Amino acid sequence: MREITFAEQRLIAQPSGALYWPGEDALIVADLHLGKSERMARRGGALLPPFESLDTVIRLEAEVLRLRPSRLISLGDAFDDDAAAGEIAPEIAGRLTRIAAQTELLWIAGNHDPIGLGQTVEETQIGPLTLRHIADTGPDLSGHYHPKATIARRSHRAFLVGRDHLILPAFGTYTGGLDCDGPELSSLVGAGIAVLTGPGMPVRPIGQSALRQSR
Amino acid sequence: MPETAATPLLPQRFADWFASRGWQPHRHQLDVLSAREDTLLIAPTGGGKTLAGFLPSLVDLAEGYEGLHTLYVSPLKALSKDIARNLRAPVDEIGLELRIEDRTGDTSATQRRRQRVDPPQILLTTPESLALMLSYPEAPKIFAGVKRVVLDEIHALAESKRGDQLMLGVARLRSLSPGLTVTGLSATVEAPQALADFMGGARVIMADPGPPPDIEMLPTERPAPWAGGGGRHAARDVMAAIEDARLSLVFLNTRAQAELFFQALWEVNDNALPIGLHHGSLSREARHKVEEAMARGELRAVVCTGSLDLGLDWGDVDLVLQVGAPKNVKRLVQRIGRANHRYDEPSRARIVPANRFEIVECAAALEAVRENDLDGGGRRWRGPLDVLCQHILLTACAGPFETDALYAEALRAGPYANLPRADFDACLEFCATGGYALRAYDRWQRLLQRDGKWQLRDPRATRDLRMNIGTITETEKLKVRRKSRRGGTPLGEVEEGFASSLTPGDTFLIGGQVVRYEGLREMIVEVTNAATREPKIAVFSGLKMATSLELSQRVQRLIATPEDWDQLPPDTREWLALQCEISTLPAPGTLTCETFLRGGRAFFCLYGFAGRNAHQTLALLLTHRMEQAGLGPLGFVATDYALLIWSIDPVEDPAPLLSVEGLREGLRDWLESNAVMKRAFRSIATIAGLIQRNLPGQRKSGKQATFSSDILYDTLRRYDPDHLLLRITREEASRGLVDFERIEEMLAQGKRIVHIRAPHVTPLAAPLLLEHGQVGIRGGTGEARLMEEEAQAMMREAGLE
Repeated sequence: MREITFAEQRLIAQPSGALYWPGEDALIVADLHLGKSERMARRGGALLPPFESLDTVIRLEAEVLRLRPSRLISLGDAFDDDAAAGEIAPEIAGRLTRIAAQTELLWIAGNHDPIGLGQTVEETQIGPLTLRHIADTGPDLSGHYHPKATIARRSHRAFLVGRDHLILPAFGTYTGGLDCDGPELSSLVGAGIAVLTGPGMPVRPIGQSALRQSR
Repeated sequence: MPETAATPLLPQRFADWFASRGWQPHRHQLDVLSAREDTLLIAPTGGGKTLAGFLPSLVDLAEGYEGLHTLYVSPLKALSKDIARNLRAPVDEIGLELRIEDRTGDTSATQRRRQRVDPPQILLTTPESLALMLSYPEAPKIFAGVKRVVLDEIHALAESKRGDQLMLGVARLRSLSPGLTVTGLSATVEAPQALADFMGGARVIMADPGPPPDIEMLPTERPAPWAGGGGRHAARDVMAAIEDARLSLVFLNTRAQAELFFQALWEVNDNALPIGLHHGSLSREARHKVEEAMARGELRAVVCTGSLDLGLDWGDVDLVLQVGAPKNVKRLVQRIGRANHRYDEPSRARIVPANRFEIVECAAALEAVRENDLDGGGRRWRGPLDVLCQHILLTACAGPFETDALYAEALRAGPYANLPRADFDACLEFCATGGYALRAYDRWQRLLQRDGKWQLRDPRATRDLRMNIGTITETEKLKVRRKSRRGGTPLGEVEEGFASSLTPGDTFLIGGQVVRYEGLREMIVEVTNAATREPKIAVFSGLKMATSLELSQRVQRLIATPEDWDQLPPDTREWLALQCEISTLPAPGTLTCETFLRGGRAFFCLYGFAGRNAHQTLALLLTHRMEQAGLGPLGFVATDYALLIWSIDPVEDPAPLLSVEGLREGLRDWLESNAVMKRAFRSIATIAGLIQRNLPGQRKSGKQATFSSDILYDTLRRYDPDHLLLRITREEASRGLVDFERIEEMLAQGKRIVHIRAPHVTPLAAPLLLEHGQVGIRGGTGEARLMEEEAQAMMREAGLE
């Protein structure tokens, strides 16, 4: 766990990639991408191991049971596409229902349409923060980019924390990543820090060109 | 001019052509011509092997033939080009009317389309291009009339999955053209019958091996360095040898070394001799220029790597120089064959060891050549199932197929001759449904059965499948171009990992010139000319080659026997004496270890001389113990002679580390999650079509395009541990390892443990630090501590902490 202060709010980044907001007792996740392997298959592509949706909801349920938040907020792209949302497997639906029985659900719409248990909104304002899918006018919490960061040549999913934006890593099991040092993310986030997921959750600076050679 | 008699098989005009060249057909050439069955010709380079392979075709084609008659497959694009050129001469001189064309990854789209409509009589290709052609619906029409298939350098193909794919392709060809005759051409190998079995059965024809080679170590003015693989110390001596010869080939073991050595040669090329550079990272244009110049006899030497290793037959090569240790004796003998253009003269070769360890290795290799002790080698295991999966999917691209017929066909491919039906069915199931315990894809199967035949559910899938053809899954390569508004000159390729380590302003060597890295644009590395002659980054990683176990043991004997050192140069003897002074000589019957600190890391080195696979297995076992002991192991590298482990904290006492007691406890997870397994899985998943090769252009967006194969691997391990691809991965990874029994035996033999705490790197350990193929330990305590240290340093540097 790593404590982050963003827009004067105390937030706790979890090794799983979820973000806990003690002040609001809310657990926030981004980019679950449920149904991804099935969408690939539907298009005639490779038949990936069809366990990622199950794995994602199992990890999500574990976080909910551990932290017992009063609210769970998904920052969009909960489902990989419309069809995935429409064809949710009974086992996944069952687990989501169990999660809904534990906590109140709020779905923020991403660029892939979600359906779900609980309430769906385009974006929402909580305290000083806007929660939305794609970063816009800050201070906001968002997802969409699937950020990753590298330390000592090891790359992990990462929380990116700048002055205006806090971008969450993707929570879904099969999600690629975008390097935080690439032009898109470094210009969006500006100077700040990356908090890596996984063991130890190391923290490194981002958006400062002097650090390039340290990677 | 000697008379050449026409035989019933050799028509008069062929006999006349031989005579006009002042040649007699070789015995083995006539043997191949008269054979009615499939043949495997074993002949040294320069023995007219290629002509032997084509002679039956040319005789047949003299009568005239419509359509594709002979298909020639070789491992190298360059070889196809070369054969096309060399075959032209006899064809024109004999007066045959026929088209010879090549078809490789370099062939233009227009030419490919034309070849599909109107194929030449002789088509020269590679295993991958053949697989691609067989995946087209027109394949039955194109190949229906094929009479002969020539498989060149088959000993090289048989060592990798490319050979398995090729043999499945040949089995397909046999179905399409039942009268087919196959001829395999091979350099000298120690087990010809195994190679014939690989071909699905063939009569072995052995050519006269010719006189033994004249081979020695090249004496050098300056002593070789302790470590390093460049051989630059010997540039002047090599230059002198080139000046004394007509045409020399200078072999180096990696592309980076070839680049550096080429540069070093230029610096001492006082007489401005024309010298070329040829390796697989150079652009096609650059390679062709060198090939053409060599064919025209304009060059005095070519600095090259394995790209010129295989049977290319250009000009009057009279000297082969091998810079760096030859790694295995068989390769050395084949390289020497390159200087053997005159079959009846001994070929001349000089070895130039790049460091003192290699001097010892070369001395041992020379001893082996003199004793004609070729390494056992090559691989021969049953046909891998990932290659079969790819074959099934590509067959579906060509059209619907029946299960029984495809199974029967696979059995005709040598490597799959004993393929159990259950394995075939598992592969088909994988291709059709993914083969998962959870049957999730009933609606979205890749292959469907209709009217008793399997076919692709979505015909659009053919594009992806064809793009994924092939079994070479080495690191992704990026093209390097000189930055310019008009596209820029292509200079070659570098590995993606190397490209990602560059920062604008870095300088490196490619194509013999130092260039400055400017940036990455659309997956092309853009560079400008650099004003400096010394590159900042000297090395980009090359291929790792294995030394044979036999050679490793010879090396150990030589090191441990000072009375035999008189065959070594004086500076090498001094170097070994220094090892003795600082540390010790690893004697047979001991487990000699050294520990030392370097660059803030603790190193543990064990001299096992047991071969790379055994050392790799042992390294996995030892790093597991070190993790349990809290030493924070970070990585290891295994060579044929030794293993080297680096960690955060040092090994104080190797005895418990090397104890046989409880060696296997709690290992399963450690082994299954190690980088060796993950690497194998990545390659297998790509070949079997689970993950798509990364192609330039597709990756522009960067995001979500690439799946981490590690995540797929971990997911499968958790939810479907018996899945076909995991089965294949375990089987394959275990071949890079040895049985634990052998390791336990090695440790249990009551060997005395000798532990030297060295003040710094020792002479024998130095080369290990530069070794390629390092395996990182992921997910361990060492990695977490390393990342934390690095993260803190970055924060301090940014003034944030």
